[in-house]
Amino acid sequence: MTISLPAKMQKAIFSQMESAYPHEGGGFLLGELRRGDIIIRNIAQVDNVFEKEERHHRYAMTPQDWMRLEDAADEQGLALVGYYHSHPDSPARPSAYDRIHALPNFVYLITSVLAAQAVDIRAWKLKADRSAFTAETLRVIG
Amino acid sequence: MANIRIPTPLRAYTQGQASIEAPGETVGEALMNLVERHPDLRLHLFNDDELRSFVNIFIDDEDIRFLQGLDTEIAADDSLRIIPSIAGGQKAPLHERSADLNRQEVKRYSRHVIMPEVGMDGQRRLKASSVLLIGAGGLGSPLALYLAAAGIGRIGLVDYDVVDFTNLQRQVIHGLGTVGQSKLDSAAARMLDLNPDIEVVKYRQPLASENALAIFAENWDIVIDGTDNFPTRYLVNDACVKLGLPNVYGSIFRFEGQLSVFHAEAGPCYRCMFPQPPPPGLVPSCAEGGVLGILPGTIGTMQATEAIKLLLGIGESMIGRMLLYDALEMSFQTIKVRKDPHCPVCGIDQADIELIDYELFCGMPAHDHSEFSAVDEAVEFNIQTVTVHDVHQALENGDDVVVVDVRDPHEWDISAIEGALRIPKPQIQLAKNGIQAGRKLWEETVLKDIPKDKKLYLHCRSGKRSADSIAFLSEVGYDLDRMYNVEGGILAWADEIDPTMPKY
Repeated sequence: MTISLPAKMQKAIFSQMESAYPHEGGGFLLGELRRGDIIIRNIAQVDNVFEKEERHHRYAMTPQDWMRLEDAADEQGLALVGYYHSHPDSPARPSAYDRIHALPNFVYLITSVLAAQAVDIRAWKLKADRSAFTAETLRVIG
Repeated sequence: MANIRIPTPLRAYTQGQASIEAPGETVGEALMNLVERHPDLRLHLFNDDELRSFVNIFIDDEDIRFLQGLDTEIAADDSLRIIPSIAGGQKAPLHERSADLNRQEVKRYSRHVIMPEVGMDGQRRLKASSVLLIGAGGLGSPLALYLAAAGIGRIGLVDYDVVDFTNLQRQVIHGLGTVGQSKLDSAAARMLDLNPDIEVVKYRQPLASENALAIFAENWDIVIDGTDNFPTRYLVNDACVKLGLPNVYGSIFRFEGQLSVFHAEAGPCYRCMFPQPPPPGLVPSCAEGGVLGILPGTIGTMQATEAIKLLLGIGESMIGRMLLYDALEMSFQTIKVRKDPHCPVCGIDQADIELIDYELFCGMPAHDHSEFSAVDEAVEFNIQTVTVHDVHQALENGDDVVVVDVRDPHEWDISAIEGALRIPKPQIQLAKNGIQAGRKLWEETVLKDIPKDKKLYLHCRSGKRSADSIAFLSEVGYDLDRMYNVEGGILAWADEIDPTMPKY
């Protein structure tokens, strides 16, 4: 599967993550499914609700965030297709913690931020049997 | 009967339906009915019979956790909504983590499991946890052995050195069979022989400011410094504070040891206690000062104990306390360590913590193979050398030269060149520091015995400490043209002049 991400949204994600450093930042991806591929149409930044001491290695959003954005996506004829977050001073690959809290059929975009610089972004999906993440093709467009 | 709203990613398992009618008197019954009809949902909503921790069920705006959970009764027209709480990050909190144990493992750890403080849950948690050890030497030996035996699932080792014959006096993880091999491979083989169910991650490099954050960020729960030198100690402290990791500290010197846990999120860090390193030369390293071979065993096993306690969340950790151990008196004393609100490291924002050149900061090398030299490179470059044959010849001829042995007193008992003036390098350095700081006059120091107007041949064991000593002397008025470093030190003397002399 290919995930297409408009360049200006990729830039917005990077600058959000750099200003959140050394804490994690995150948000939702709204988009369309087309013949099995995903085109991201909008990103929605969400506040990190973890306590301050934990924010550098953990990220969470409230269920109310989910409700609000799922309803908004449905209204706009879009779908809640994924979620993005950062790994400060860590590689852009999912951790065991990410896997325990992940869902299938959902795109996880992880940005690696090293010393306040976003250096890498990768797309992942959880396997249907929850055993692992698979790396997906991420295409930055236009 | 309830109407259940399905989250977008899981609609793939309900043939695309966003809402599904499910019969049931309670939330639990309705959900069970739902997963019976759409069995692929079960794995993602339930873990055995319990809702997964990230799955929230709302009735209108109310989380069922604040009602009666799965037993919450529902009315016919209630709307249920399944909402995944989105969370991510580098690692799970320890209390959420667990790894399954097979029958063999339950048997192996039975002496742990039967203690209620550990139990099956605790042992599963140990398997799901990870500890990074810096150094596979004296402290690293008991640490690696006991942490492997205790079933810590993932143990990282950072070391670049090879096993030396002289290590075997205290580094019990290695053996005669691995002398000359890498310490990493030697230690990992022994750990996996003891416990093949663990994973050993090897980092074959000296820890430095350039690689510390990348290594520390690879999902470790605890970092343990087993290197026992000042530059690495400050580096480990600062990197741990920056990444929010607990740092189990141990230090050994001759017959005395120290133990503490530094965790800036729960207490003080090393810099709260020691903002600045001691002046170079004041505290000799183990190689210079010696160490009782059992001492790293005593302190290392206590570090391992602190690590296990932190991972299990039991007992009173050494956070905010420091244990002082004296083997000769066999005394244990505990002192309080307070958090300094103005600490230069844990008193500032984590983002602003920068790793510096710790060898420069401490004025000493972090390890044997370090390029660092405390003395001016230009001076070092201009130091003249002589061979042991030249020295031997000069002594035979009765030339007007002074041979200065800068090794430590106990080394003189092992072997010595007859007629040499004996002044240890740390004393030369202290004297130099004192003169430069204006606290002492030259004639008030040990340097008064070293004539300024004669040719000086300085030697140590192999040539490093004597070169440093020449540089120190040149800073307090000795003429570089009159000082010579004896190449290869007393080891060369034993090889080429006196084969009966013992080597060490």
